[in-house]
Amino acid sequence: MADATFSPMTDSALTLASRPRATRFRKATEEPRWFRWTLTAVVLVLLAVLVLAPLATVFVEALVKGIPAALESLGDEDALAAIRLTLTIAAVAVPLNALFGVAAAWALTKYSWRGKAFLLTLIDLPFSVSPVVAGLCIVLLFGANSAIGGWLVATGHPIVFAVPGIVLATMFITFPFVARELVPLMTEQGTSEEEAALTLGASGARMFFTVTLPNIKWALLYGVLLCNARAMGEFGAVAVVSGKIRGETATMPIMIEIFYNQYASVAAFTMAGVLTLLALVTLGLKTALEWRYADQLSASGRH
Amino acid sequence: MTLLSLVVLLPIGALLLRAAEIGPAELWATIGSKRVLAALLLSFRAALIAALFNLVFGLALAWVLVRYDFPGRKLVDAAVDLPFALPTAVAGIALTTIYAPNGVFGAPVMDWFGVRLAYTEIGIWIALVFVGLPFAVRTVQPVIQEIEKEVEEASATLGASRVTTLRRVILPMLLPALLTGFALALARAVGEYGSVIFIAGNLPFQTEIAPLLIVIKLEEFDYEGAVAIAIAMLAISFAMLLLINLIQVWSRRYSSEG
Repeated sequence: MADATFSPMTDSALTLASRPRATRFRKATEEPRWFRWTLTAVVLVLLAVLVLAPLATVFVEALVKGIPAALESLGDEDALAAIRLTLTIAAVAVPLNALFGVAAAWALTKYSWRGKAFLLTLIDLPFSVSPVVAGLCIVLLFGANSAIGGWLVATGHPIVFAVPGIVLATMFITFPFVARELVPLMTEQGTSEEEAALTLGASGARMFFTVTLPNIKWALLYGVLLCNARAMGEFGAVAVVSGKIRGETATMPIMIEIFYNQYASVAAFTMAGVLTLLALVTLGLKTALEWRYADQLSASGRH
Repeated sequence: MTLLSLVVLLPIGALLLRAAEIGPAELWATIGSKRVLAALLLSFRAALIAALFNLVFGLALAWVLVRYDFPGRKLVDAAVDLPFALPTAVAGIALTTIYAPNGVFGAPVMDWFGVRLAYTEIGIWIALVFVGLPFAVRTVQPVIQEIEKEVEEASATLGASRVTTLRRVILPMLLPALLTGFALALARAVGEYGSVIFIAGNLPFQTEIAPLLIVIKLEEFDYEGAVAIAIAMLAISFAMLLLINLIQVWSRRYSSEG
């Protein structure tokens, strides 16, 4: 009896006695302290040099002649036209792609049919096609010397070197964003909730708006956010299809290039600063979504 | 689905149709010309170098972000996505300004080592590392998060040193994700245009990337030439896409066996 109570006591006494000593040793699942510090320092310095320095440069260069000069460059007629054009294009391309993304994710996750895997690959295609190649494809399809393009130009609706072409190019590039966020999430959620709604007598539309949409809303917002950031910042594809006509088909990124090549540094970097602020807001919202709704964004941390 | 075909498939179909009209012999002649070959080779080589760098850097960064604690870690974590969110043209002019021979980082390197960064191939590497970084980090990071501590503990109790554990236990677990990240960064870098053209200098045979050459051919109304380069790049993209899918299939099999 005495022995039985005695031995656990020595055990706990032992662990207590060894505790101060144990903290001097590192855990078996950690790297040595010097290694951790060195690796952290190296990685942070590299990140600062590669990523944070360009970010800071944008604002430094934009404001190098003071805030009034920067603001004045934004008041330029061509600059204003570029901002309007970029907003217009995003306003058309993003909702269309959001709509498509939901439709595609729906078709891919709630039904099973042949060729599903093929479509899944196709949706990702714009990610791996160079933006310049994407632009070229649209020029070939709708350009003045193609069959469709020739007819469109003749009837007064040119697509290439005009706004519709820029919208198409932007849609091509930003096609995958929404669907890619939704597909993993909707696969995980399955169809049981929709089936329950249907058996309870809900109509198709009612089922979608009261069951499916609430389930995917945060992931949808996340995808739309990324889609919008890319749509407003797209350069390569737009550079090819737009013709870069100042005040007409020059979007904000194109205007940055035009200003920069004219050595109008303040104007270029101020325009860049506006887009950078947009990128920062996007990142902020994206991070906030990731922190708050991590469980409802199965695809968080993926692109 | 009609929208998909209208927006994505139709344009690509137009490219393939045009290529078929031109014929393989003509296409091959363009791709084989010295300037085009040099541009394709440069695009691929620079993308490969940048992706290799990102493979190591991305792994280190993801490891630090998951395993080590330091002030401002969450902020750094968010900053990793910056190259993804920042428009490429913005990144291009900003990187050029910094790394130009009179820039904040370009000048000291020029003075001390006599090496030009911007307007050389090194500049292209820098731009491509920038755009590829989020892909490399974000594919590995979730996998590191999911590693169970017990596995490492088991390895340690069996007498493995930390280095052995990292090399023989952790690294194999991360390998599929690392390869996927590498392939994604590579695919992105091969086709990259906006961030590169400002910093590259764009000298034919030296710092002229393939996408830029497409744009140049288009501006010269040399549609045949542009189509030929685009076909070559499309073939590279398809190969890359296939590679990524194969890695994913392989890793799924690997994890189900393990």
